[in-house]
Amino acid sequence: MLKKISKIPFTDTPEQAAKLDAVIAECAGDQSQLMHVMQVAQDIYGYLPFEIQKKIADGMGTDLEKVYGVATFYAQFALSPKGKYAISVCLGTACYVKGSQDVLNELTAQLGIEAEECTEDGKFSLSACRCIGACGLAPVMVINDDVYGKISAKDVKGILEKYA
Amino acid sequence: MYRSHVLVCGGTGCTSSNSPKIIENFEAEIKARGLENEIKIIRTGCFGLCALGPVVVVYPEGCFYSEVKPEDVAEIVEEHLLKGRIVQRLLYDETKTKDEVKPLKETDFYKKQKRVALRNCGVINPEDINEYIAYDGYQALAKCLTELTPEQVIQIVKDSGLRGRGGGGFPTGLKWSFTAANQADQKYVVCNADEGDPGAFMDRSVLEGDPHCIIEAMTICGYATGATEGYIYVRAEYPIAVKRLEIAIAQAKEMGLLGKDIFGSGFDFDLHIKLGAGAFVCGEETALMTSIEGNRGEPRPRPPYPAVKGLFAKPTTENNVETFANIPTIIREGAEYFASMGTEKSKGTKVFALGGKIKNTGLVEIPMGTTLREIIEEIGGGIPNGKKFKAAQTGGPSGGCIPMSLIDTPIDYDNLTAIGCMMGSGGLIVMDEDNCMVDIAKFFLNFTVDESCGKCTPCRVGTRRLLEILDKITSGNGTLEDLDKLEELCYYIKENSLCGLGQTAPNPVLATLKFFRDEYVAHVVDKKCPAGVCKDLLQYKIIADKCKGCTACARKCPVGAISGTVKNPHTIDTSKCIKCGACIETCKFGAIIKE
Repeated sequence: MLKKISKIPFTDTPEQAAKLDAVIAECAGDQSQLMHVMQVAQDIYGYLPFEIQKKIADGMGTDLEKVYGVATFYAQFALSPKGKYAISVCLGTACYVKGSQDVLNELTAQLGIEAEECTEDGKFSLSACRCIGACGLAPVMVINDDVYGKISAKDVKGILEKYA
Repeated sequence: MYRSHVLVCGGTGCTSSNSPKIIENFEAEIKARGLENEIKIIRTGCFGLCALGPVVVVYPEGCFYSEVKPEDVAEIVEEHLLKGRIVQRLLYDETKTKDEVKPLKETDFYKKQKRVALRNCGVINPEDINEYIAYDGYQALAKCLTELTPEQVIQIVKDSGLRGRGGGGFPTGLKWSFTAANQADQKYVVCNADEGDPGAFMDRSVLEGDPHCIIEAMTICGYATGATEGYIYVRAEYPIAVKRLEIAIAQAKEMGLLGKDIFGSGFDFDLHIKLGAGAFVCGEETALMTSIEGNRGEPRPRPPYPAVKGLFAKPTTENNVETFANIPTIIREGAEYFASMGTEKSKGTKVFALGGKIKNTGLVEIPMGTTLREIIEEIGGGIPNGKKFKAAQTGGPSGGCIPMSLIDTPIDYDNLTAIGCMMGSGGLIVMDEDNCMVDIAKFFLNFTVDESCGKCTPCRVGTRRLLEILDKITSGNGTLEDLDKLEELCYYIKENSLCGLGQTAPNPVLATLKFFRDEYVAHVVDKKCPAGVCKDLLQYKIIADKCKGCTACARKCPVGAISGTVKNPHTIDTSKCIKCGACIETCKFGAIIKE
């Protein structure tokens, strides 16, 4: 999957840095913990900017290439920040045959952004995801932690208005 | 003693449609009426009938309340739990009879099911080890450690005829015996819970509904193969499953059922959870091990097989969640019991995730050999909206589809392989006449192209070329020659790819070409999409006789492609039309069609 790399300058707070340092200190020396450290880092910062990838590589005693390689291999790792409201539309098979592509198209039309992009004001980001396992509710869309099931393209506008 | 038990489904489907709020309301209502010592609220795993979620079941009556909303809770507490009057309007239709409530297991959805892997899902509280133990939990482990030798355990698994439920169907007992035969200072057991097939969610439901059975089975596997450490590799997209596994592992350790000297037998076994990060290829066993080691999850060539050189280069046994979920029952009830179910070469049961165009979407567990017709028409309740069945897709991006003509095939590993399909992990997506099979093939290819790890050329480049040809066909530029090219390339990719992902990636194309060639030909020769899905091949038309001239469609059209005067039939300028479908949705008279 092609990943979009953020051009937004990276900012860090001392609390965030301290949290990450603690995890790196705990896992340093065990290569098999690399993904775990990256997952925690993404929880802290919302994405994995180059500065953080470099810090993880140094802390874990490995190369930046390795960290970047892992970050680009797995869908979960993001190289650009998510919007305040991260929207993801399930494109798993059960949702797809019930019309989730139309839902995604409608979101693109309403928000003016493509999948894997973020609106300019940083409010909404859009992504297509693979099966979240709620196939009984197909088609499914998730905004942050809110799940919307059995929706159609018609419902998109009303749902977005809740976040206006 | 409680006089009533209220079971609320805490699976992902019902949680997404607000079951945590329902539990909260139950607790508040019951507290307000001072019934805490009489009524117990339990959050269970998945009941299987996800289409009707959120689900609440009240015992001892066995009332199955479906599509319950948080605001319905007060009524259930007041009427049912306090006054003893069943809330008829919320009862699952099928269980309603004149005088009493029909038991759930007599309904069409549950009647033909046989629950082995899912036996505790929707029955026990997965966050309480005592409930698992009360349902014979950890008895199988005790039997293995205190009565059986590792060789005997393997023999029982071999005799049961259990085959890998992750897709390949390799005999489980044989797999265990390979690892057992290798000497090493350290061996591992790995549970593959990286359920990547979109549309399959049985592994997630087992982990959420009955996590202890996986812990028990992995410990048994460790004892049988001589491993003392295990890893469960779970998708990060399954947070509820991860949380329940963590709780279950902690409880098992506290009770001495995991860790050092289990049951005083001198056998040690420890378990770790590893989170995946979203890569379909990690469901392949060697790729999964590479990922646990902290790398890009690329597959490794075999041999050497994992039984010789697996995780951290040590002998390793890897099984899928559903495979493990069968183990405790096999040990407890005996190999003969398990082998009494199923067909000659496929024993036991299989869990399917029913999805797509079917009434009862959800999880079903049926004996091997049940026909697709029984699953779809009887258990699944048929196709909604009076539409016609077209095909059922099994095995996800690695599988194929079963057309109407083969709907009476008894489902087992070998029958599915014989018709060019595959069992896969058990996703079963039903498609009706509105689904275009060329588009479905393209959908899966899109998936594979995204998920191909890029290590070997046939898969990395080949699947992309396949997708390009399919794109050409669905946009109306295909030729008959393309169909031959498509087939040739499919076989090339199958023969030359490194791992299972590439070797099976062309299956959706081959299966649709085999059973729905006429649809491909319609796209190529007539430049039409019979199901009306492929936008480039569609034209919107207004039927003059039906159009009342209400102007609703013209006002709705975003590009002004519809013209006409009030009370006179309208027309669509096809050169302007962007085929968004807004007009069809707006028209109250069914006057607009696409063809």
